Amino acid sequence: MSMWNKREDPPAPRPASVPPAPAPAPAPEIKKEPTPVSSTPFRAPDAEARNSATIGKSVKIVGQIFAKEDLYVDGDVEGTIETIDNKITIGPNGRVQASIRARDDSILGQDQGNVETSDKVDIRKEAKLVGDITTARISIEDGALFKGSIDIRKPEPKGATSPAATPITAKTVEAPAHAAAATTGAATTGR
Amino acid sequence: MLSERLRSIFRKENIPVSYEPKPAASQSTAAVRAVAAASTKGRSQRSTPLTRQSRGLEQFFFNVRDIVGLSILDCAGANQDNLDFLINLGHKVYSQDLVRNLDDCFQDLAEQTNPGRIEYFLKQNLDYPPQSIDGALLWDSLQFMSPALLNAVVERLYDVMRPESYLLAFFTATEKMTDVASHSFRIADNKTIVLTERGIRPAGQVFNNRSLEKLFSKFESVKFFLTRESLREVIVRR
Repeated sequence: MSMWNKREDPPAPRPASVPPAPAPAPAPEIKKEPTPVSSTPFRAPDAEARNSATIGKSVKIVGQIFAKEDLYVDGDVEGTIETIDNKITIGPNGRVQASIRARDDSILGQDQGNVETSDKVDIRKEAKLVGDITTARISIEDGALFKGSIDIRKPEPKGATSPAATPITAKTVEAPAHAAAATTGAATTGR
Repeated sequence: MLSERLRSIFRKENIPVSYEPKPAASQSTAAVRAVAAASTKGRSQRSTPLTRQSRGLEQFFFNVRDIVGLSILDCAGANQDNLDFLINLGHKVYSQDLVRNLDDCFQDLAEQTNPGRIEYFLKQNLDYPPQSIDGALLWDSLQFMSPALLNAVVERLYDVMRPESYLLAFFTATEKMTDVASHSFRIADNKTIVLTERGIRPAGQVFNNRSLEKLFSKFESVKFFLTRESLREVIVRR
């Protein structure tokens, strides 16, 4: 009978108790280096400020500003701003009491001072500009407040050269044989 | 119609139900005034541009034709149309908005008699070197000034305008103290302007030809053009 009995499987060996894993060694301290702070100023999300240096609305500068890139001014500036080959934008929060020299000037805020640009001045409808403008082109939206003078100076076209002046030469004309005295002809100049 | 009315008086049953007695005379006058006031109010709210010919403007530009590089004072407030027109003629533009600046300097007409405020207004708006302005487009700004301020402004204009230069100004032709529409003016061409009403303001005083001649008595000549809109266009030669 025992031969028909189900063979009793030998009891499964008890798994050996796994010794608890040793406590992991404490991870070495990772020294966190301070996050490097970018030295470039915070860039406003506006499209015009995206690729330009920015003076934020909480910033006030008294003095002279020289820039070799586009400049977006949304704060207070007193003095002068100069970026001859680039564009200046005065943002809606900008309050500028300065003379400005730039290639282009776009004004959405307040500007009190003369503006001199080689290309264009753009005065938006919320802008307030008091001062004299010297530029090649100007556009002003309805609603903008402007008080001052506008002097348009078109740039000279490239490649145009003033015609060379013909040197003035005195011309001695021999008097005809029958004339007693020699005469001097009048010099002519061409344009 | 009259016979029918007479018949209806004697036949009461035939008086139509919809018949309403005419209002009394005083009531009708009040109604007319109310309608007039309503139409005036409506007109002030309307800002539909009006294009019209201007004899005064034509005369002004005729006098400066073929001359470039002039300094023109435009008191309509800076707008692209006027700037383009004057710049394309080769002129330098001095831009002011005298009507708007009146509100900045004076609270009401009574304050326009204050000598200190008048001097401040002149300093803020007409501070130009003597005889430096070659033409002045004053539009309708002068008619909103009280006599004291107006005299001071005209005196200053005489000082800053070059001899033989011209000044253009518009005055209401209604010879009674009333509120007058204020407009913005855009130059369409040398004899066409586009007017857009921008509010109703009290006139500074009553104007007629005689008072205007007296106002500009220091100037060399004064010429008047009367328009269909009861506007007196005045061209003055310094």
